Amino acid sequence: MQISRGITAHKPPLFLLITGAITAVAIVIPLTYLVIRTAGVGGEELADLLLRPRTVTVLINSAGMAAGVTLFSALIAIPLAFLTVRTDLPWRRFWLIVTTLPLAVPSYVGSFALIAAFGPRGSLLQLLLEPLGVQELPSIYGWFGTILAITLFTYPYILLSVRAGLHGIDPAMEEAARSLGYSKRATFFRVLLPQLRPSIVAGSLLVALYALRDFGTPSLMRFDAFTRVIFLQYRSSFNRNLAAALALVLVVLVLGILWLENKARSRARYYSRRASRRASQVKLGYWKLPALLFCTAITLIGLVLPVGVALFWLIRGLTVGGGDAVNLAQDMVQPALNSIWASGLAAIAATICALPVAILAVRFPSRITAIIERCSYIGFGLPGIVVALSLVFLGANYLPWIYQTVPILVFAYLVLFLPQSVGTVRSSLLQVNPQLEESAQVLGRTPWQTLREITLPLVRPGILSGSMLVFLTAIKELPATLLLAPIGFSTLATKIWTATENVAFSDAAAAALTMLLVSFGTTLFMLSQEQ
Amino acid sequence: MEQEQVILRIDGITKQFHQTPKPAVANVSFSLLQGDLLGLLGPSGCGKTTLLRLIAGFERPQSGRIEIAGKTVAGGHWIPPEQRSVGMVFQDYALFPHLTVAENIGFGLRYSKKCSDRVDKLTELVGLAGLEKRYPHELSGGQQQRVALARALAPEPALILLDEPLSNLDVQVRLRLREELREILKATGISGVFVTHDQEEALAIADQVAVMRQGKIEQLGSPEDVYTHPQTRFVAEFVTRANFLPAKRIGQLWETEIGCFKVKKESADKEVGDLMIREEDLILQRADNAPVIIHTRRFLGREYRYCLQTSSGKRLHARTSAEIVLPVGTRVELAVAEQAIRFFPHKDISDNLVMNSCG
Repeated sequence: MQISRGITAHKPPLFLLITGAITAVAIVIPLTYLVIRTAGVGGEELADLLLRPRTVTVLINSAGMAAGVTLFSALIAIPLAFLTVRTDLPWRRFWLIVTTLPLAVPSYVGSFALIAAFGPRGSLLQLLLEPLGVQELPSIYGWFGTILAITLFTYPYILLSVRAGLHGIDPAMEEAARSLGYSKRATFFRVLLPQLRPSIVAGSLLVALYALRDFGTPSLMRFDAFTRVIFLQYRSSFNRNLAAALALVLVVLVLGILWLENKARSRARYYSRRASRRASQVKLGYWKLPALLFCTAITLIGLVLPVGVALFWLIRGLTVGGGDAVNLAQDMVQPALNSIWASGLAAIAATICALPVAILAVRFPSRITAIIERCSYIGFGLPGIVVALSLVFLGANYLPWIYQTVPILVFAYLVLFLPQSVGTVRSSLLQVNPQLEESAQVLGRTPWQTLREITLPLVRPGILSGSMLVFLTAIKELPATLLLAPIGFSTLATKIWTATENVAFSDAAAAALTMLLVSFGTTLFMLSQEQ
Repeated sequence: MEQEQVILRIDGITKQFHQTPKPAVANVSFSLLQGDLLGLLGPSGCGKTTLLRLIAGFERPQSGRIEIAGKTVAGGHWIPPEQRSVGMVFQDYALFPHLTVAENIGFGLRYSKKCSDRVDKLTELVGLAGLEKRYPHELSGGQQQRVALARALAPEPALILLDEPLSNLDVQVRLRLREELREILKATGISGVFVTHDQEEALAIADQVAVMRQGKIEQLGSPEDVYTHPQTRFVAEFVTRANFLPAKRIGQLWETEIGCFKVKKESADKEVGDLMIREEDLILQRADNAPVIIHTRRFLGREYRYCLQTSSGKRLHARTSAEIVLPVGTRVELAVAEQAIRFFPHKDISDNLVMNSCG
């Protein structure tokens, strides 16, 4: 942080300021338009829209679902964190990785797997039970399926946070409690757990945030959360104002959680201290078996099930369904190419836009550059469906020539994923000593030459991993693709979604497997970046 | 000397960690009298902290016995840390970040009825009155140290253990807290063991000093005794920080390159060895044709510390009162009060070579 103060006295070069400002303005457009449009509805109608029973039900659904997901995630994640960090659980390193990996499963792929395995009709389980006369299973749709799916694929947020918290606790704390007369058990409840509270809260808020923003699971599980209702409202095109109003309510909800998260994080800073020694391990003894069963069960449904179910339907589609491999491959090629094309463009766009923003924020801190940087982070508070909806309105009303084209899809990705790109470029810039740039300028280079010859080569690894991250995240994106892609432009994500909605599991299988491969790759890539 | 009661007895304690070939604590025995303060002094890695953790019950010894207040707590009968009636002050203080100052101090008093009285009293004792509602991160290092001390003292333990209690503080705070620490402990009458690598600190606070090296106690005694009569060369180097001059026996005298000296106690069978001369025992006298020359001079406030160079190139250090000022480059003759000289055998071969070259 200290090194960033090097050249505060200088004014930022004009070309950086202009490109940064353009980016910031562009990023603000969707949210601004949404606000303007909702404001244009008129106070009375707006109040009517927001207070009708339907809206209240959706609010209760979303909030209740997010609360349930958070609770169950915590119940899974906290024991897992203890088992993998503080005990003599056998194969600890293995469990450490496999219990984190469900994070990589996109929620709609996970939902596809659950529906294709346990859905009422035509699912794997129903097919197995059919000889016994079972024609229909109890429904997985609704509250149960939604909470189950989102919990299974988001609990790692709490797991990672609690794990980091556990590593940060000085073992001397526990020893101090012991020397003050507390038994091991009392020490756990009076000292360890209270100190983990900030980590638990931070992780839980991330999970709640994810649950509220998620579109794939509620839509596939037919659960009336905000995201699904906004989508249905948009599609029925009966009352688009209602969709806009609902989207704004969702944004407010998400921003509230983000605010809480920010508060929790700044409070957690007082708690965190580097631990100098490793804490002693808890001997599990007879608890080893239940602990292993618990880890196995979570891994089976969170990780083995999605992969296994996708494989099952792929093979079944090839054998029973009468489809052949060549047909299937041809079916897959176009969506895969579309995915790569759109995501690749998004990665390039995000990197180009992130550079000036990050350089301004790190090297030329001032009020203007701070505003530019904050604007670039707006996408973090916007659910994909909201950005998509706003751009649909904007495109349909004012920019028909760009509506439902690849550029507007890429722009949606840019708004959504620019924060990631700015974040990585920013942190690699912070590691470059500004005195290197100053010496280049003293040696006669202009700011532009300095950027090209000194700064860019030094932050290249950060830029590359940032654009890689955007590429891989954009491939997984569903709602924006669904709403904004040109007609007939199908991607892996939309293919999985459409096929699952139509209970055509075999059609979704190959795309789901490809998606899982990409996702696991992303996660392992990110984990390797952290080390 | 009202009652000579042993509060802590260590009997042949050995602790060996898996990863290291040598034991961290090797067959250590000593006992501590009620009300006394023992300083465990040694360089890092000498086993002093391990010994402290063995007493606290955070490590289990391979062999030996530990007795606290007449009760065996390790060796034959294991008593976990929470039942040992031992207070501990940790190097990083280990204050609970989620509790206030008062809650931290009262943490060990949960079964006590007069909890708040006791907390008030201790807050007063360590000079933190008025800060009860603060959280640890709102305190300075010195204040955190006081909270840690009060927290350890609150349950009135039989013994208090302090792990490098002052090492994380600024010099100014350290010197002040050093005095206060001893006063507070003496005021409560609780016996204590503290670990330090700072010889000045050990000598200033402790009633007894144990100098440790490679898991063993090299010398145990009063600070004066350890300082003036180091029993081994290691203690002389680490605690006394003295000069060592190669010497050769000539009849009753020992000859060195700065002159011949008589030594009171010595190992009679040795022909060569080193003489230990403390820095403050060297007396400098201007002499124009003397072999020793003043190389540098540093003013330390109350005294001067001179670095002297002999004709063979060996450097010696001397401290004199600030009244005697000799400029750099002055040739001086050295004298020493005879009872201040002690003899030690050579450390290793390289010293022999130096001596031979000195002639």
